Amino acid sequence: MSDIQSPLPGTFYHQASPEEPPFKVKGDAVAVGDVIGLVEVMKTFIQVNAEEAGTFVQYRVGNATPVTAGDVVAELE
Amino acid sequence: MTIQRLFIANRGEIAVRIIRAAQALGIHTIQAHSEADADMLAVKLADEAVLIGPAPAKDSYLNIAAILNAAKDTGADAIHPGYGFLSESPTFVRAVEDAGLIFVGPSADTIERMGDKVAARQAAEAAGVPVVPGSKGRVDTVAEAVAIAEEIGFPVMIKAAAGGGGRGIRVATTAQELKSLAPQAKAEAEAAFGDGGLYVERAILSPRHIEVQILGDGENAVHCFERECSLQRRRQKVWEEAGADCLDEQTRAALCASAVALAKAVNYRGAGTLEYLYDAASNEFFFIEMNTRIQVEHPVTEMITGVDLVAEMIKVCAGAKLSMTQDQITRTGHAIEVRLCAEDPFMDFMPWPGQVKSLKIPTGEGVRFDHFLSEGYQIPPFYDSLLGKVIVHAETREAAIDKLVVALTELDIDGTKTTAPLHLALAADPDVRAGAFHTQWLEPWLEAGNLTAKGDAA
Repeated sequence: MSDIQSPLPGTFYHQASPEEPPFKVKGDAVAVGDVIGLVEVMKTFIQVNAEEAGTFVQYRVGNATPVTAGDVVAELE
Repeated sequence: MTIQRLFIANRGEIAVRIIRAAQALGIHTIQAHSEADADMLAVKLADEAVLIGPAPAKDSYLNIAAILNAAKDTGADAIHPGYGFLSESPTFVRAVEDAGLIFVGPSADTIERMGDKVAARQAAEAAGVPVVPGSKGRVDTVAEAVAIAEEIGFPVMIKAAAGGGGRGIRVATTAQELKSLAPQAKAEAEAAFGDGGLYVERAILSPRHIEVQILGDGENAVHCFERECSLQRRRQKVWEEAGADCLDEQTRAALCASAVALAKAVNYRGAGTLEYLYDAASNEFFFIEMNTRIQVEHPVTEMITGVDLVAEMIKVCAGAKLSMTQDQITRTGHAIEVRLCAEDPFMDFMPWPGQVKSLKIPTGEGVRFDHFLSEGYQIPPFYDSLLGKVIVHAETREAAIDKLVVALTELDIDGTKTTAPLHLALAADPDVRAGAFHTQWLEPWLEAGNLTAKGDAA
């Protein structure tokens, strides 16, 4: 089990754009460096990448939700 | 009609600026804020404050219904939109007026007309303001493109008439070159947009961005001289000056007179700015667009003229006539503004919404710091990164740059990164010192690694 944290405060997104599917869904294989989500901070979008490999379990915060740095945004196993 | 209770539908440094101007006029101020902005300086300074919605701007500062409800609930009689957000939304202006309130800015019709590039260009041409010479409409053949180019003069830019996003643009310096490039541009336009129509326009290869500040009361208009804003990164201005030292007196007079002519022609009310491209090689200027709001860089104009632009815009929008005539507006010395953003200039300008642990503000004669910071303030990550502006005024441009270095060195914001090192490096650069730059100058300068070397030294 490992948690993915937001590197920055901002707004966390599950998708690259409203028309796109989420970056990951339950059961997806996750490799090191995979994009899990985006944090919008001061009108700039920063990628949140996986630092460990695993299987995607779930997002821990809703799409388009405010987060602070260090908040757990997703869970892997 | 007078304004007694002013509702401020904006945030950050411009909200603070508007509060100070309104309070000096004896007006009661009501500051709107989102949930994320409850602690901002403008909320503390205003006579009252009202929550308009959650952090995302679309739910608060861009939510017309929420703003109007809050303005009505607090008994406001006027709304100042600041810059950005709803400041140039004709829909918002109409909603404000339908609610029986005064909008501190031009009419919805003026905003609409000047916001439309084609209509703005037509209004400028009708007022005798020079625009970038180009084909009247679409050009369908290469021969036609060559004929037009010879008439307007080389170099020319050939663009897809249906285009956008920089696709299908070619620059030709001779008729020969145009004859070989135009078919390529046509083919690319057909492939990209399904329409091979072209548009030919004079290419200004290293333009300087010059703009003229105007004030109007709906009938009469005056100018407060010009600014130069050529130092830009990703089309965002980072360093602005008043005046534009690259202009000779005759050109300056013609430029400012053209801006007043257009402002009068559209019966402009409030503070506005006409943006021009200036071609130093040919000493020609061309109107590109009008900003129908107060701008970030207005303080440099205030420094050289002594005119309080925000106070004047509030007064004329309340129905007063301009309080000054053109001959009463004079310019003294030189002013520079730099935008201080919460970004790390050494990490590709990565946003850095830290907490202001301590704050030391530069002071002294001819130094101004427009900001919205206070010690302990957590910079919210939800809006743009502008923290404030350092503005200096001195007798000459050289002395103003020296004063800027002192002010930036004195400024100390602990707890967040800022773009101050960028400005110190620019102030130390020989080209910046010599005024030898244009709108395409800053990005290659950054790519060449100038910031790291000089930023570290500074």
